[in-house]
Amino acid sequence: MIEAKNLTKTFQSGDSQIIAINNLTFSVPQGQFLAVTGKSGSGKSTLLYQLGLLDIPTSGEVFIDGTEYTKESENARTTSRLNDLGYIFQDYAILPSLTALENTMLPLLMQGYDKKEALEKAKKALDKVGLLDRMNNLPSGLSGGQQQRVSIARAISHNPKIIFADEPTANLDSETSRHVMDAFVKLNKEGQTIIMVTHEKEYAELADRVITMADGNIVSDVLN
Amino acid sequence: MAKLEKENLPAYRQAGFSRNISVGWFLARRELKRANIWTTTLIVLVMTLTFLNLVVVSGLLVGLIQGSEESYKKYAIGELIISPFLNRSAIEQTPEVVKIVKTMPGYDRHVVRYTGSARVESDYRKTIKPGEKRDGAGASISGVDPISEEKFSGVSKFVIRGSFLDPDDGDSILIGKNLLYEFTPIESPGFQTLKNVEIGSRVKVTVGDTSKEYFVKGIMSSKVDEFDNAVVMLDSEARKLTNRADLNASGIAIKLAPGTDPAIAKKFLIDSGVGEYARVQTAAEAFPKFLQDIKNTFAILGSAISAIGLVVASITIFIVIFVNAITRRRYIGILKGIGINKKAILYSYVYQATIYASLGIALGLVLVFFLIKPYFAANPIDFPFSDGILVATISGAFGRAGILLVTTMIAGYIPARIVIRQNTLSAILGR
Repeated sequence: MIEAKNLTKTFQSGDSQIIAINNLTFSVPQGQFLAVTGKSGSGKSTLLYQLGLLDIPTSGEVFIDGTEYTKESENARTTSRLNDLGYIFQDYAILPSLTALENTMLPLLMQGYDKKEALEKAKKALDKVGLLDRMNNLPSGLSGGQQQRVSIARAISHNPKIIFADEPTANLDSETSRHVMDAFVKLNKEGQTIIMVTHEKEYAELADRVITMADGNIVSDVLN
Repeated sequence: MAKLEKENLPAYRQAGFSRNISVGWFLARRELKRANIWTTTLIVLVMTLTFLNLVVVSGLLVGLIQGSEESYKKYAIGELIISPFLNRSAIEQTPEVVKIVKTMPGYDRHVVRYTGSARVESDYRKTIKPGEKRDGAGASISGVDPISEEKFSGVSKFVIRGSFLDPDDGDSILIGKNLLYEFTPIESPGFQTLKNVEIGSRVKVTVGDTSKEYFVKGIMSSKVDEFDNAVVMLDSEARKLTNRADLNASGIAIKLAPGTDPAIAKKFLIDSGVGEYARVQTAAEAFPKFLQDIKNTFAILGSAISAIGLVVASITIFIVIFVNAITRRRYIGILKGIGINKKAILYSYVYQATIYASLGIALGLVLVFFLIKPYFAANPIDFPFSDGILVATISGAFGRAGILLVTTMIAGYIPARIVIRQNTLSAILGR
């Protein structure tokens, strides 16, 4: 379970202070598929970065399974990102010098799995997203949709507690987007907690719960 | 909703040193494997040239003196030299000493030489005006047995004009090139050289009050002062000129069988009583101190030049790694974002720098020991005072390789660390 308590993030822009997220408090239980939606600049991505321990909030706390992380060291946050969290970025963010298989097995190697185990798990993850036959391709040899699926495989390969997805379909055509969303729904049905930022209503409706944001505030929080 | 069974991974909670090392290696290997081949080649070439600069520049400078020492050892003094005590003009009981020398373990061959100071004149028959100087030069004389001298040093190959002495050449001499104006054109009232001497010329050699005329049979150029500054004649002639009625010599040079320790051979001679009649020195002890001083100075000079090369190479690697890390700032951000420990990322850059340096060093070692060193051994640099060789020992080369490797690792570490310390999210978002 992940909890946000009085989470606030502000940015300084010249003389003025911009409140990106404003004193948010909510929790996401284990196994829930949460979609965070809202207009551009509403604070949804900023919220995701705070929850995903990629950024430090100006104030407030983030708890993952009861452990508060905002005051933890960079190393502890990195270790938690490695072991507990998985990330899917809008532009895939897979490493260009690694093949699909190597991209997928990298977090596993960092976790301490030996090469053989990491290979097996990575192959399993790639199989899950239907990319086993392209596992030896470099990202440059994969389409956008395939790259995003590699990104999903990397995010799920080590069975994270929570997957964070930041506009995962923004750069994909509608058919590929549908495949990616199908993969998310399937993962969620297997028990995977997912927090996804999207501005597309159609995909948000596939989630268990939808939080809508505007000007850094939660304006609605509904269960589908 | 089905609940995921999280694997029990307590051991994975902390990324240890070995894991950072292995993930760093994983990343570095793939980076290098998929890097642009020409960029990699260029960097490796820079490292090779730096290594060559480290080894070859100082090696050649030291080699100039080393070449001189080796020639001195090979042609003049051998591995051991027996010489008179400083307050004596000859080795007492020379025949006895020679007998002992021949019995020592590791003995290979020896030569007995008779030396002294002389004046050589070419126009001694000409009438000169009062105050006018004759065409003459101060020289040392070296009396040798041509057969044993040739066997010992093979100096006949240094006769550049005319021919070497025969055992019955009582009326002939060889003249070292430094005594001839043609080869040593120095115009100084205090240092005279012979101007009108060629093969077949008659010269007068005077030692003290004793003079004798000789034909010039040959001119020697060996880059060894013992021959180039000397008039070489038969040992019997040298004894006559120096008024030496006994067989006591001025020097006995000894060569040892390969693998014989000169210090042990020296000890044998001293223990056998040679030390009562003369001084026994190993070649290292007999080398003039100034040669060692020049060698040390050249080594320092070579190291200074090499240090500049090392700094240039470090800056090159620093720039390469820095540019690489800066252009891959987002890549580094993603790695940190997905939980790759920053030390693992750092090590991957250090590995890359290390591999560049190792490849450069390996290529440099091959070039030094299989190409450059053999080349200079076969084609020494022709310096006036020596045949310059390349002095490069395996241990010395590996020492310098170690310095280059460590410097490169540091040069790779610093820029990578600067970039890796940047904010993870800013790096991912490219802001």
